Amino acid sequence: MAQVRLEHLRKTYGKVTAIDDVSLTVEDGEFLVLLGPSGCGKTTVLRAVAGLEELDRGGITIGGRDVTGLPPGRRRIAMVFQSYAVFPHLRVYDNIVFGLRMARVPGDEQRRRAQDAAGLLQIQDLLDRYPAQLSGGQRQRVAVARAIVMRPDVLLMDEPLSNLDALLRLHMRTELKRIHRELGVTTIYVTHDQVEALSLGQRIAVMYGGRIVQHDTPSRVYDAPANRLVGAFMGNPPMNFLEGRARAAGGRAALVVSGRSLELPDRAAAWLAAHAADPVLAGIRPEHIAVSLREEPGTLAAVVVAVEPLGAQSLLTAAVGEQALKVSVSVDFHADPGQPVWVRVDGSRVRLMDARTGDAIPV
Amino acid sequence: MTLRRLLVYSTAVVIAAWVVFPLLLITLAAFTPREALYAWPRAIWPARFTLRTLGTFLQSADVVQSTWNSLAVAGMTIGLAFLISAPAAYALARYRFRGREAVQFLVLATKMFPAAILAVPLAVAFIRWGLYDTLVGVALVHTALAVPFVMTMVTGIFLAVSYELEEAAMTLGTNRLGAVVRITLPMALPGLAAAGIFTFITSWNEVFAASILTVDHRTLPALILNAVIGSGGGAPLDFRFAGGFFMIVPALVIMLLIRRYLLTLWGVALR
Repeated sequence: MAQVRLEHLRKTYGKVTAIDDVSLTVEDGEFLVLLGPSGCGKTTVLRAVAGLEELDRGGITIGGRDVTGLPPGRRRIAMVFQSYAVFPHLRVYDNIVFGLRMARVPGDEQRRRAQDAAGLLQIQDLLDRYPAQLSGGQRQRVAVARAIVMRPDVLLMDEPLSNLDALLRLHMRTELKRIHRELGVTTIYVTHDQVEALSLGQRIAVMYGGRIVQHDTPSRVYDAPANRLVGAFMGNPPMNFLEGRARAAGGRAALVVSGRSLELPDRAAAWLAAHAADPVLAGIRPEHIAVSLREEPGTLAAVVVAVEPLGAQSLLTAAVGEQALKVSVSVDFHADPGQPVWVRVDGSRVRLMDARTGDAIPV
Repeated sequence: MTLRRLLVYSTAVVIAAWVVFPLLLITLAAFTPREALYAWPRAIWPARFTLRTLGTFLQSADVVQSTWNSLAVAGMTIGLAFLISAPAAYALARYRFRGREAVQFLVLATKMFPAAILAVPLAVAFIRWGLYDTLVGVALVHTALAVPFVMTMVTGIFLAVSYELEEAAMTLGTNRLGAVVRITLPMALPGLAAAGIFTFITSWNEVFAASILTVDHRTLPALILNAVIGSGGGAPLDFRFAGGFFMIVPALVIMLLIRRYLLTLWGVALR
């Protein structure tokens, strides 16, 4: 177990920049999720930590050891691949002890550690089988067992759940969380699934275009996204963005949207007063909006576009002027398209952003 | 049955007959007594079968020795061809480098060059190098003939083994060579065996280079060819048929055994 430090990593393929400039510290025992859309460079970062990619620039230390020039096998890492990469010509047991054999661990210790790992993953009954005789979920468990049996300083996982069906994915997610709790191994986990990131990560590093745009706890990443992209990426339905003009008078702040004013917390007043001419985006989570069929003071006027029942709740799409708004509403809520409604936004939960750059406003 | 299917099936029957009929005649003749072969008019279906014809062939001068020669040449060819092709195929399968497509094309393009033109210069060169009339010399030419095919086949075989498996092995403590030896080669083994057997047949059946480059150390096809076109009207009929049969059988049996692999090697999906 160890702290992992990435310093100014850069990796290009010809003219394509996979990693622009990434610095990141993963604390000892921490579960860090690298989150981002496909092509953002998250897998390249993970492979660089594993030693499977050579960097153009930058350094990697694991537990204080500089591993930048070391081959994968000497970094004391273990990796779970997206395709599981379980060796098809070896039985499950031989798969699990493969790394131990390479490290010349004595036979009885191999057996003991393999049994422990198999127990943790609940695959003791499968040790004599070949991978072809296993289901996808079981192969996944073999891949994890093969990794943790190495007792690595860092456990690397590259979208390990993306090839499983939805139900199994949910189950394995819980399992991975349990395994991390029991072993306490430093883990770097790559995913494009924001739900996985929120549920597994102790901290999340959100990547875009080869850079880390936000590195924070899941609740901070969700509630206070660093920019518009992060806000739009996290959450389902994603964050809403309403553009308006700032108005700050007498120490009170508000945003004028389609002629109506949206009250903002007072702490925003100073910044807004200084940038009164700039267009501002209000990032609003769907759950922080209340919808009423009657006009009430302090609400924004909107028109229903669609109501989509989603089971536990319904998704209301409304138009505030020209701007669309997605709101989670109770399944009991009924409205017809074209019907006027009034939406109340919880001003204290609004995340303000500069409409031109998309970056969050520091208030 | 629709007209279309009728057409397909009758074409298939014609093609099959075109291949099978000569094989059938040779096989029948190889088990026909010598007197019956020279009788006129000759019955297609012999009145009685015998192993004497084949026996006579095997006891003829140099047949056993040249069979051993053929096996030795084939063995050397397989070894050399794989020694050259396997590393090249690995590079073609695993790395994206400048000129990769050009290499693949050029290797196959050598097949477009007619071997007959090479014959005389090659014989001269081999005499100079002391390779003329040696089994090693024949094996070298057979290797040159086999490398393009083996390289193409083995590239396909390596491509079929996911690179992620090698990477996984490397994260578990092996270096690249170790990963290839422990993961890729065992998984590629059935395909490699098929490619090896294919190389064997290529060498076993090759007659042109073998007959030009050898005098005393003939391989089996060279010996038979020499006997058939030799002075004094050539070998007797029973020798010809038995020899033909003896040459065909290994190729036929092996092709039958590895046909599944050959089809996948050549990129025909079979499932």
